[in-house]
Amino acid sequence: MFPNKATVESLEDAAHMAEVQGRSLWGDARERFFRNRAAVVSLIVLICIAAFGFLGELVAQWERDFVDFSLMGANATQGVPSFETGHYFGTDASGRDLFARVVQGTRISLMVGIVGAMVAVIVGTLYGATAGYFGGRIDGIMMRTVDVLMSIPFMFVLILMLVIFGRSLFMLFLGIGLISWLDMARIARGQTLSIKNKEFVEVAFATGVHPLKIILRHIVPNLLGIVIVYATLLVPSMIIFESFISFLGLGVQEPNTSLGALISEGNKNVGNGTPWQLAFPLAFFVVTIFAFFFVGDGLRDALDPKDR
Amino acid sequence: MTAYIIRRLAVAIPTLLILVILSFILMYAAPGGPFNSDRPLPPQVLANLEAKYGLDQPFWKRITTYVWSVTTQFDFGPSFKFKDRSVNDIISQGFPVTLTYGFWSFIVAVVVGVSLGAAAAIRQNTWLDYLAVGISVGAQVLPNFVLGPILIIVFTLWLGVLPGGGWNGGQWQYLVMPVIALSTSYMASIARITRSSMLEVLNTNFIRTARAKGLSPTRVIWKHALKPTMLPVISYLGPAFVGMITGSVVVDLIFSTGGIGQFFVNSAFSRDYSVIMGITILVGSLTILFNLVVDILYAWIDPKIRY
Amino acid sequence: MTFKTKLMASTAAMLIASSGAAWADGHATHPETGDVLASEQTFTYRDLDESPSIDPGVAEDSAGGDILRDLFEGLMNQDADGNLIPGVATGYEVSDDNLVYTFTLRDNAKWSNGDPVVAGDFEYAWKRAASPELASPYSWFIELMSLENASEVIAGDVEPSELGVTAIDDMTLEVRLTQPLPYFAQMTTHFTTFPVHKATVDAHGSEWTQAGNMVSNGAYKLTEFVPQERMVRERNEMYWDNENTYIDTVTRLVIPDENVALTRYLAGELDRTAVPTGQFPRLSEEYPDEALSVPTACSYYYTINLTDTGNPALMDPNVRKALSLAVDRDVIVENVLAGGQKPAYTFTHWATAGFETPDIPMASMTQADRNAMAAELMSAAGYDADNPLAVDLIYNTSEGHKSVAIAISQMWKQTLGVEATLDNQEWQTFLQTRGNQDYQIARAGWCADYNEASTFLDLMDSNSGYNDAKYTNTEVDELLAEAKTADNPQANYDRVEEIIAIDTPIIPIYHYASVNMLNDNLEGWPVNNFQQNWYSKDFYKSAE
Repeated sequence: MFPNKATVESLEDAAHMAEVQGRSLWGDARERFFRNRAAVVSLIVLICIAAFGFLGELVAQWERDFVDFSLMGANATQGVPSFETGHYFGTDASGRDLFARVVQGTRISLMVGIVGAMVAVIVGTLYGATAGYFGGRIDGIMMRTVDVLMSIPFMFVLILMLVIFGRSLFMLFLGIGLISWLDMARIARGQTLSIKNKEFVEVAFATGVHPLKIILRHIVPNLLGIVIVYATLLVPSMIIFESFISFLGLGVQEPNTSLGALISEGNKNVGNGTPWQLAFPLAFFVVTIFAFFFVGDGLRDALDPKDR
Repeated sequence: MTAYIIRRLAVAIPTLLILVILSFILMYAAPGGPFNSDRPLPPQVLANLEAKYGLDQPFWKRITTYVWSVTTQFDFGPSFKFKDRSVNDIISQGFPVTLTYGFWSFIVAVVVGVSLGAAAAIRQNTWLDYLAVGISVGAQVLPNFVLGPILIIVFTLWLGVLPGGGWNGGQWQYLVMPVIALSTSYMASIARITRSSMLEVLNTNFIRTARAKGLSPTRVIWKHALKPTMLPVISYLGPAFVGMITGSVVVDLIFSTGGIGQFFVNSAFSRDYSVIMGITILVGSLTILFNLVVDILYAWIDPKIRY
Repeated sequence: MTFKTKLMASTAAMLIASSGAAWADGHATHPETGDVLASEQTFTYRDLDESPSIDPGVAEDSAGGDILRDLFEGLMNQDADGNLIPGVATGYEVSDDNLVYTFTLRDNAKWSNGDPVVAGDFEYAWKRAASPELASPYSWFIELMSLENASEVIAGDVEPSELGVTAIDDMTLEVRLTQPLPYFAQMTTHFTTFPVHKATVDAHGSEWTQAGNMVSNGAYKLTEFVPQERMVRERNEMYWDNENTYIDTVTRLVIPDENVALTRYLAGELDRTAVPTGQFPRLSEEYPDEALSVPTACSYYYTINLTDTGNPALMDPNVRKALSLAVDRDVIVENVLAGGQKPAYTFTHWATAGFETPDIPMASMTQADRNAMAAELMSAAGYDADNPLAVDLIYNTSEGHKSVAIAISQMWKQTLGVEATLDNQEWQTFLQTRGNQDYQIARAGWCADYNEASTFLDLMDSNSGYNDAKYTNTEVDELLAEAKTADNPQANYDRVEEIIAIDTPIIPIYHYASVNMLNDNLEGWPVNNFQQNWYSKDFYKSAE
């Protein structure tokens, strides 16, 4: 479900290369990325989806939580997608405008994906960089802890956490993010080990700069390339994971919604003459994830020296 | 190597202990309890139940008793919800089910995934490649809780060729849909990894040399390219195998196979403490075990790695 | 041969082998109705989840009750209309003070292993159910039956042997009560009172309920049991009324997803499954003979926290009443649920035996009038568009509860400008939040323990453990106490409902209906049984 060891390893190579190449890498990478047609198209698609999620409410004719009681219970005949009624995507099972809800679902799914990935990346990078920078026993203890945590069935723990602390967007971000920082920590540590012997770090150390400052100022910026690639690949995994959580009924609270929650709900009514309730959210879900995969692959290839 | 395995197994014990303590704390921090119901029990009835299941004991005593009976007698205690059954009963009934369809899903995912990925790589940038990439990305993005009900509508309602769910002792007809639903996303990941790994291998000097020597393409691929290609695939298989067991939650809920995933989710919701613990320990142990197996396999395939 | 026909063929072959070919004859007819019987007499139904226990003394849910009524038989049974008919007991006598019941058992009742069913089996079962050693979550039912010493036995103060039930001889069971209970005999149809075979329990301990171990006295015996997957019950040849039993095999499948269950029903794998919320209109149009909605003994309501942890604004009865008025129950039952439920203006279910729904003023108003009155009450209390009332509403995770909550919160918003925050909580968390009065408005449902209005209205008693609103009204308490011994308590119940409608500690929303798809060849479903207590032995399948 999450980027696997193989990706992680090729990322390590990529980042290693990145660091050897120095500054010119970014220009090269950009050029390579824009030569990848699938990635560029996907990037444009992603921008459109993000615009839809964040600006779509300007186009929507209805509030996302407004129940049209006249349509309720008559969805199959009157809630059909139509420009006349202003329900572009039809209505959901409760008589609410599906367009407005897909707009909001897309926004929340993107946020869960992006914020979750950010939590993972921030925690993982800082943790890995710290372990790598200090080395020795601290490194040993910190990385053994990661090994131990990796053997914990986190999907189970997350279900427990959502059950225990109640569902909220915050818990979702936190829970999903915390599950996936472990790989990032390993990558960041590996990179830090090679960066820390560089002259600029040694100079900083010799002049008595605080270790925290060295990590934040000198090490973390040099990890940026790999972090971006990893994060891009993490986002779709997060969105898929959120949909699973929604399927279990542990997702966001009404009247908020997510693509996963909409799909799960549409799925229930698919036999009831309202296929659009599944089709629209599923289409947005699939396209978003497709796009993230291709952009991620494109970024990796752009930063991956082997493909040249 | 033996020393390495022993060392890894030694680390596994404290890891499991941490897992037990963590889950124990999380569980008891959860609001509600196993004996809450829509109509609250009279205090005396509740007291009888708590005495019977040891919930009247202080926390430290509960956890030590638990760890003791698990480690010495392999006894996970009685289920709090299913009052006629013990956790050992539930696991010995549900786990073989999960294991069976998990195993077949694994086989299907690996065989189909590797073939698809390899075919795509060998015929890079042909229609076959695009088709394979399309299938694998499509399979990865379609949530299995959407796929499952669709399978039932097609195979059971429309075609009438497969039973719509259940297990019935694991006859093949009951296995088909759960295996399809569970294996697709893993199959897709394996295909993607295989494709990129094989492309990389095919571009190495070593394969170019083999080709230049005039070896037949089939021979090059089977004899030389496949083994190095499998390295990243194998590192994915450990987590994937465990993932198929945890991923069984959706399969159990949709195909009502009676596997362990359904018991886990239900026990988390009904606060069946002993079942939650039992299944968490089981899955934790499996995760540790399969990570180890993968590392050993890795060393076996790639002699450069030393422990 | 498709898989399905193969399956049917093999099942049929198995049936012929196991049941001595008694009902394999396709030309047999039902002696009373004259219907031609189908050659294959099986009944397959779906449960949402596995029941916690199928031990009569320990069982606690209604799905478990369905199973136990097939496997075991109590002193009395219910017929298709819910009236008492003889079970293991042929009848009973009541003493003049209504405190001692004497049941006479039939002499031909047998356990599935051939042992006779004796009064001692009931005595053992009841004492076992009450004993602290068994710690049954349903031991309170023995207390509810008002058996002598019941509370003391449960509390562990006296030995279970002191419980007010004695086998005078093998055919006579004497029961002593602490107070007269008009509906006591009805309670002996409940699974907690079913007999238990002591030798089996002694031999197998808590594993006696597993297939192969279990010895039962009902029309069926347990032959296969895979928890969370399937349970097969087959005809018990030892059952005293075996020759009038038609269904040979009853299969219970656990299918958590109701839409998947519906698909499987439509594919012919099931004879009965629940209709998912909102799909009844379509299904009853497409399958008019199969979609079935019958009233069932539960009321759905919102309870309002009246303690000081509640919302201060809701301490004003007029605000509560406005909220109640603004709920358009017709929309809820016709559009949201659309499954034959009835709008509720009283707490007591309309179909409760001997209960006449009183005239609550609100019930006869039009929704427009109700909305106008609600708006008036709200503005009198000082809330309007500029100063909207904000409330929190909690409900437990379920599609149905969610749909109702969404609709009601929108009704409040659109008519009164009330801002309701919805909070969907997982079941256990929800129970704790509601039980600790840590809420403002909460969803609730109550199902009758027995078919009489007090099973609902007793919840409004200040001392009831189920009064989650913590509503106190001495007049209500007095009326309810008086009703216990009154010859005709209807006047008291009317008055209590009127007071509830004024004080509005709860907002009744609808009265449940049980909405199912039922194979149209399956005959004998007790549509008029208010508690929906069904017995597979009463069914038969007619030929197509």
